Amino acid sequence: MSYAFDFSGFGVYAGMLARGTAVTLGLTAVSTVLGGLVGIGGASVAVAGPRWARTLIAAYVELIRNTPFIVQLFFVFFGLPSLGIHIDEVQAAILAMTVNLGAYAIEIVRAGIESISRGQVQAAQALGLHGRQVFRYVVLPQALANVFPSLLSQVLIVMLGSAVVSQISVPDLTYAANFIQSRNFRSFESYVIITVTYLVLSIVLRQLLNWLARGLFAGRMPHRPDEPRGWRLLLAWRGARTITTER
Amino acid sequence: MTTPDSSALRAGRAQRILATLATTLAFTGVVALSAFAAPAAHADALDSIARSGVVRIGVFEDYPPFGSIGPDMKPEGYDIDMANLIGKTLNAKVELVQVTGDNRMAYLADHKADMLLSVGETPEREKVIDFSQPYAPYYLAVFGPKSVAVRNAGDLAGKTISVARGTLEDLSVTKIAPPSATIKRFDDPNGAISAFLSGQVQLMVVGNDVGATILARHPANDPEQKFALFSSPDHVGLNKNEPRLKQKIDETIARARKDGTLNAIAVKWLRAPLPADL
Repeated sequence: MSYAFDFSGFGVYAGMLARGTAVTLGLTAVSTVLGGLVGIGGASVAVAGPRWARTLIAAYVELIRNTPFIVQLFFVFFGLPSLGIHIDEVQAAILAMTVNLGAYAIEIVRAGIESISRGQVQAAQALGLHGRQVFRYVVLPQALANVFPSLLSQVLIVMLGSAVVSQISVPDLTYAANFIQSRNFRSFESYVIITVTYLVLSIVLRQLLNWLARGLFAGRMPHRPDEPRGWRLLLAWRGARTITTER
Repeated sequence: MTTPDSSALRAGRAQRILATLATTLAFTGVVALSAFAAPAAHADALDSIARSGVVRIGVFEDYPPFGSIGPDMKPEGYDIDMANLIGKTLNAKVELVQVTGDNRMAYLADHKADMLLSVGETPEREKVIDFSQPYAPYYLAVFGPKSVAVRNAGDLAGKTISVARGTLEDLSVTKIAPPSATIKRFDDPNGAISAFLSGQVQLMVVGNDVGATILARHPANDPEQKFALFSSPDHVGLNKNEPRLKQKIDETIARARKDGTLNAIAVKWLRAPLPADL
């Protein structure tokens, strides 16, 4: 078995691949911020909200976590127009990715909040902080630090899962590969290129967010002298798992 | 535990393969001989049709609206009506032969069918069969709601158009659309059609056969055919060296075009009149 790779016809498509990479990253960035906010807001309601709101959140989480992402995407893109709501394919992709990430993030953040011991809350109350301050300054930062690795994994899953938005003609990385192989018939090469691109994106994004977390959750992480530094950081696949909270 | 003697097994298999090979070769020889003999036996299919009173016409039965099985389990479509028209002028009973895209040329060459319908003209086919005059339009067209004014490629400027990626539809519209047109490419024709029907794009490019099927369902956005992109009309395919049958078929088509019969068939099945340049 041998296959003669031929990347010669790909030069003209470099711009398209670059744009596709930018679209994939952009979609991921926007839906991560929005989905994260949905997660934090939803989780705070899920642990402390009124009963009807809790039921609503639970229904949303169950609905999204028990249906395939591509079906949610098709529902938004092909389904909503028949209800009179017209949004273009990029908005549809962001909405579907946000709604999807939001549901998982709610569960993750809720677990983080529940991991904070009652002692922390009682100590904060003893210091005179009222309800919202306790949540904002004591519970939430520790909760997020605890579950950060899970959130990070979920963000990466959403980024990789965003490959299916090419199905509704969003010009992302996968769309670029599909387009190129429909024109030059080098399908193996096309998919090799985007496989490597997705891999690099994942590794870089993971390291970037880990690095961000180190600043964000400083003081909540123990000092680790044997932590990899410099280029070794790139190979520290499980780096995020080492973040723990000092209590 | 006893193990089967593998060398004996292998020998047996080799024998079987040899036997199969020999039979195949012998069979091929017979077929080749009969192929040489064939032209003499079938000087012109018109004679054998007149003798038997039956004309055998190869049609698709899974290719609506040209040929498909109707709710009454009988074949129906453009080609079926055309076949009956041919039967009438040849004064013969029509026997429909169900063919597929893969086997139909063999059916014609082996005289299991006297002619084939829905044959597009290509240089490769030109070498092995003859073509009648075109009898049915087949083309790719831009479809859009009546409210969107589009008459030619220039009007596509600023419009959104859905196509199935990598198809002839994609390639032909990409070639002619102005840069300001947005072509949205979907994985398959169904995605492109859904995007159009749900209003996510203004226009779509599909074949006139698919377009007719969609128009027949009267979608909410009230689409119509805007203009044709790529045309490859359907001909009647005949064996080579049958000039009298070919002439008879051409006469049938010419007459049906003149008296409006063919146009009525087109309107009935394709929901559009015959194009003037067919």
